[in-house]
Amino acid sequence: MIPGHFEYHRPTDVASALGILATHGDEARALAGGHSLIPMMKLRMAAVGHLVDLQAIPELRGIEVGPGRIRIGAMVTQADIIAHAGLTAAAPILAETALMIADPQVRNMGTIGGNVANGDPGNDMPALMQCLDASFELRGPEGARTVKARAFYESAYVTARSDDELLTAVSFAPTGGGYAYEKQKRKVGDYATAAAAVILTRAGATCASASIAMTNLADTPVWAEAAGAALVGTPVDAAAIKAAVAAMRAAISPTGDNRGPVAFKHHVAGAVLGHAIARAWSRA
Amino acid sequence: MSKMHLKMTVNGAEVETLAEPRELLIHVLRERLNLTGPHIGCDTSHCGACTVDMNGKSVKACTVVAAQANGASITTIEGLGTPDALHVLQRMFREHHGLQCGFCTPGMITRAWRLLQENPNPTEEEVRFGMSGNLCRCTGYQNIVKSILAAAAEMNAVKEAAE
Ligand SMILES: Cc1cc2nc3c(=O)[nH]c(=O)nc-3n(C[C@H](O)[C@H](O)[C@H](O)COP(=O)(O)OP(=O)(O)OC[C@H]3O[C@@H](n4cnc5c(N)ncnc54)[C@H](O)[C@@H]3O)c2cc1C
Ligand code: FES
Ligand code: FES
Repeated sequence: MIPGHFEYHRPTDVASALGILATHGDEARALAGGHSLIPMMKLRMAAVGHLVDLQAIPELRGIEVGPGRIRIGAMVTQADIIAHAGLTAAAPILAETALMIADPQVRNMGTIGGNVANGDPGNDMPALMQCLDASFELRGPEGARTVKARAFYESAYVTARSDDELLTAVSFAPTGGGYAYEKQKRKVGDYATAAAAVILTRAGATCASASIAMTNLADTPVWAEAAGAALVGTPVDAAAIKAAVAAMRAAISPTGDNRGPVAFKHHVAGAVLGHAIARAWSRA
Repeated sequence: MSKMHLKMTVNGAEVETLAEPRELLIHVLRERLNLTGPHIGCDTSHCGACTVDMNGKSVKACTVVAAQANGASITTIEGLGTPDALHVLQRMFREHHGLQCGFCTPGMITRAWRLLQENPNPTEEEVRFGMSGNLCRCTGYQNIVKSILAAAAEMNAVKEAAE
């Protein structure tokens, strides 16, 4: 399987990349690590006239860990995330999630920007970004703007980013308290049957705040606001977890596929969320 | 369709070739440069038989287009050892029966070579996790893991002796 013909571009700054995207309109497509796009092009499910490779743009690299804000450039790979000690100290859920994506070779190529811009409900980083209340920085011909991860996903492969924009970075606040990303997959290299991202804080014996988001259980990631709220003020006991799982189930809309029928998806979603909450609480 | 001039460093040597940008790196290596060590197992980014080293990282050469690799430094199994001077990993795979049909072996060894640079003293679990992008249909992995651990031990012993 070989992709269809395309013209290849390797700009060295964001402005030139945007210029190429503007010139060729929806004929053009950004290439980050290529580990979602190239398989689709090989299957001829994506046809791209102009491929704009972002690998040589230094502005899109780099992880900045500030006291109040963490910013990760779009071209930072999953392997870079795992290897960054400062990032893991400030927001350990990033590495925990990245380690559950595919295998070492894929993580060497796959980028955070590609993972969140792709819009595939199977990608793991989008739900994580919603859990973190991250912001996505977009740059286009009209300048820069910021869109919240929780407002970015419209349906499968449809996002708030327009064709002539690049996603340049993601940013979010460092996390305190407990965290967990729990994923059920059939084997290494498979997308999630269901996965849950949980961040929570503790005040004495009870939960002070909680944020919960789910992967691959609808045509977009699902930030389950009510599920997080169900934990707040509770001692995160069995009853509270049950309430959170029920609230989460009301927010997802999985479809049956080769990973199982709808009822099974609901079951697995409940199981991974239960485990994730328990692990996050044990770390809080 | 128009071809592009590809320049890469492959196994330490500067090479130039013409290829369409859309060709996959694995095809450039196998068909244009006659490096048939890296194999095509699945062609869907899963099996790791096509694993090569690109700019110091293990990648699946079936999921990299030629144009992306322009300017890159590539190492394939051919760059690790020769029949007369096997790499320690190659010797250990032979000694510990780390292969049966051998189809996965070039990818396994090229990946293990990078893994042992990233982590020269891995536990068995770290080897299994680090090798999780490479599938083998024959061995059941036990002897592959054994071979890699034995290679690590020997490489470390040689390093210690040198110090
Ligand atoms: C075997 C295998 C298993 C995998 N398993 C998982 C998994 O379990 N979970 C998971 O999350 N992912 C998985 N992936 C996908 C992998 O993580 C991808 O690398 C990732 O989804 C996309 O990142 P990329 O850098 O490769 O993007 P690309 O493939 O280069 O791009 C993906 C899409 O995003 C667009 N894009 C990329 N960067 C930008 C940007 N900066 N601005 C605007 N648009 C952009 C591209 O135009 C394209 O449409 C798997 C991939 C493989 C091959
Ligand atoms: S041929 Fe590349 S991963 Fe199988
Ligand atoms: S030895 Fe046959 S596939 Fe591994």
